Amino acid sequence: MAKTIKFRLDGTAVEALEGETVLEAAERAGLRIPHYCWHKALGNPGNCRMCVVEVEGAPKPQAACRLPAKEGLVVRSASPASRRAQSAALELHLVDHPLDCPVCDQAGECGLQDYYMDIGRYPSAMREDKAHAAKRVPVGPHIMLDQERCILCTRCARFVSQVSKSHELGIFGRGHNEAVALVPGRVLDNPYSGCLADVCPVGALTDRDFRFQVRVWYLDGADSVCPGCSRGCGIRVHTSTRRPWHNKGRRLARLKPRFTEVNGHWICDEGRYGYADFDTDRLGKVMRLKDPSAELGWDVVCDEVAVAIRQGMLKDPAGLAVVASGGLSNEDWRAFRSLFVDALKLERFLFAPEPDQVGEQDELLRRRDKVPNLEGGKAAGFGTQIKSLDWDGLAGEIESGKVWGLYVVDRDPVKVWGERGRALAEGLSLLVCQGPRKGLTGGLAHYRLPATDWLEEAGSFTNFQGQVQTYLPALKPLGAARPDWDIFSALEKAVNG
Amino acid sequence: MPVSVRPVARPSRGLWEQVYILEVVRGLGVTFRHFFVNLWRHGLKLAGRATEPGAVTIQYPDDPAVLGRRARTRHRLLRRADGSPRCTSCLLCETICPAKCIHITAEESPDPGVEKRARSFDIDIGMCVFCGHCVEACPVDAIRMDADRVELAAYSRTALIWDIESLMQEPR
Ligand code: SF4
Ligand code: SF4
Ligand code: SF4
Repeated sequence: MAKTIKFRLDGTAVEALEGETVLEAAERAGLRIPHYCWHKALGNPGNCRMCVVEVEGAPKPQAACRLPAKEGLVVRSASPASRRAQSAALELHLVDHPLDCPVCDQAGECGLQDYYMDIGRYPSAMREDKAHAAKRVPVGPHIMLDQERCILCTRCARFVSQVSKSHELGIFGRGHNEAVALVPGRVLDNPYSGCLADVCPVGALTDRDFRFQVRVWYLDGADSVCPGCSRGCGIRVHTSTRRPWHNKGRRLARLKPRFTEVNGHWICDEGRYGYADFDTDRLGKVMRLKDPSAELGWDVVCDEVAVAIRQGMLKDPAGLAVVASGGLSNEDWRAFRSLFVDALKLERFLFAPEPDQVGEQDELLRRRDKVPNLEGGKAAGFGTQIKSLDWDGLAGEIESGKVWGLYVVDRDPVKVWGERGRALAEGLSLLVCQGPRKGLTGGLAHYRLPATDWLEEAGSFTNFQGQVQTYLPALKPLGAARPDWDIFSALEKAVNG
Repeated sequence: MPVSVRPVARPSRGLWEQVYILEVVRGLGVTFRHFFVNLWRHGLKLAGRATEPGAVTIQYPDDPAVLGRRARTRHRLLRRADGSPRCTSCLLCETICPAKCIHITAEESPDPGVEKRARSFDIDIGMCVFCGHCVEACPVDAIRMDADRVELAAYSRTALIWDIESLMQEPR
C-alpha cells in the first residue's frame, strides 16, 4: 500500500497518496478547486492559474495543480486572498473573450460562466478593444473551433498528442497572438475527435452535430452503456423531450462519455454519432400482416404466434430457425434461452454478425465486433454449446425447404440477403419480426412485435473483458413496445399453454 | 407550432346567484357606488380641491384607446440596420417565458459575425400572459412589447400564433 499523506484543505482533513498534488487529492476527496488546464487524464501544465491557493507559510499563492501534497500542509482555496487571485486569473482569461454566450453552445455548461458566477463577479477593468481571431472554423467533420473563446489551456493539444496521437491541433504564436489552430495541411479527423468538445472547458471547441439543436438546460440525462461495440463504454445519454420542437423533433440529443474503468474519460466517434436515426423506422404497434390496421393486444398476438409455432413444429420440429442479435442484454439472453432452447428445443440459430457489424479495432477503445453483448450470449450458451449458422447457410436451408419458419430478433435478414431476401422471406410459412425497428424484414413479417431499444429499458451488457455493466432507461418506450425479455417470457407462457 | 388549449372549469352557481333579483340589486349597488364616488371626485376637481378628476368614459373604439406609457402590448421583433432580425436565437426569452408560449428553432447564419439566427420564431399570443419577461431577458434588445396594439382578437386559435415574419413587420 502506498503511503498516505495528510494535509488540510479549507479546514477539511484530506489524505493524499504519495506523489499526488494538492489538486488531485482534493478532486479525489470530492473537494473542488477551480481549474481549467488540469485534466485527470491529460496532466497539469499549470498554465491557466485558476487553481491558485493560499498555503500557510508560503509568501505567495501557489498553483494547486503543481503543488505536491506534503504532510501537515495547510491550504486555503476559498479564503479572500485565494479568491482574489483566482478572480484575477479569470479576468485575465476574459480580456479578449468575445462574451458571446447568447450564441455559444457551451452556455449553461461553460467553465467561464461557472467560475464567473462563483468567484468572479468583478466589474471589468478592461478598457482596450478586444483582439479578434477566427470564429466558426469547421476544423473537422465533428468539431467547430472558435479561437476567440479559447483560453489556451492546451487540453486539446495534449489530447491529440497523448490520447488520439494524431497531432492535428497545436498552439501557435505567442503573447497576444497565441492561438489554437490546425497543423497546416491537416484536418481534425480522428476516431476520437468528438472528445475534444468534452475536454475543452469553454466554448472554443464545440460539437458540430449538436450545434444549435437544443440549449443544454433543456436536456435530461441518464447513465447508460454504449452498444456500439463490445467494449461497452460508459456513456451519459442526453435527451430532449420537454420541448419537442427543439433538436429537429428527435428525442436523443447527444451522447457524452461517462468515466468508468472500462473506457476512462473517452468514447469513440462511431459510438457518439452513431444514433442520429434512433427514432426513425420505429415499431410501436403489435401487428399482423393479414390485417395491418387491426388493433391487437399483446395477449392475442402471443397466443396466435404460439399456436403457429406449435402447429408448424408438429410437422417439422427442427424447421424453425431463430435469428438473434448481439445487441440483446444479459436479461434478454436468459429469457431467449429459456424460450427457444429449454421450452421449444430448437436447433437452428443464427447470431453471427451482419456484414456491417464487423469493423475497425484499435489500441484505445474500439473493438472489431460492433455489437455490445456477444459475451452475454456466450454465457447463455450461444457460441459455446450452441453453434451459429451463417447467413448463406440459413438462406440455403430456407430455399431447400428445411426451414419453414423464421423468428427474427432485432436483425434485418432481408437486407443482408439483398436481392433474394424478399423471395426467401415470402417462401416462409411463418416469419416473426421482433425488435425496435421495422427494416425490410418487418415489412414482410407475418407478425411484428415492437420491442424497446436499449435507451428505453434497463439492462446489462457483458463486455469482451467480462465486465458486466448496467444501463438505465433514458427515454419512454414508444407505443406498445416492451423489452425483449418481457416478450420472450410472455411467449413462453403462451407456448406452454 | 401546434395550438395549445387549456380547459377551465366553469364557476358553479349556487341558489343565491340563481335567484336573479338579488344579484340584480347587488349589481345596481355597484353601479350607483361608482356613480356617486365619481360625482364626488369631479366635484372636488371643479372646486379646485383635487388634481385628478373622477373616471372618464372613453368612446372606444370610436376614439382610440388610451394606453399608459409603459403598457405592454403586442410583441415585435426588431431588425438590424440591414433588415435582418436582431434576434440571435439564444432562447433566453423562450426559457424565461412562464406561459411557454415562445417556440424558437435555431439555425446557422450565413454571416459568420452573426453565427446563429432563428429559423422559426413563433409566439402563441393566446397563451401569453403579457408579463414582459421576454423583453427583460433578451440580451440584444431584439424583442419589445411596445407596438401599442391591443386589438389582438382573431377568428381561430391558429391565427393567434404569430410567426417571425408577422412579428418583424409590426410597425412601431
Ligand atoms: S480550444 Fe479549448 S481545450 Fe483547446 S486550448 Fe482552447 S480552451 Fe483549451
Ligand atoms: S410577455 Fe410573458 S408570457 Fe408573453 S411571451 Fe413574453 S414572457 Fe411569454
Ligand atoms: S431573448 Fe432576444 S435574442 Fe434571445 S431568442 Fe429571444 S428575442 Fe431572440
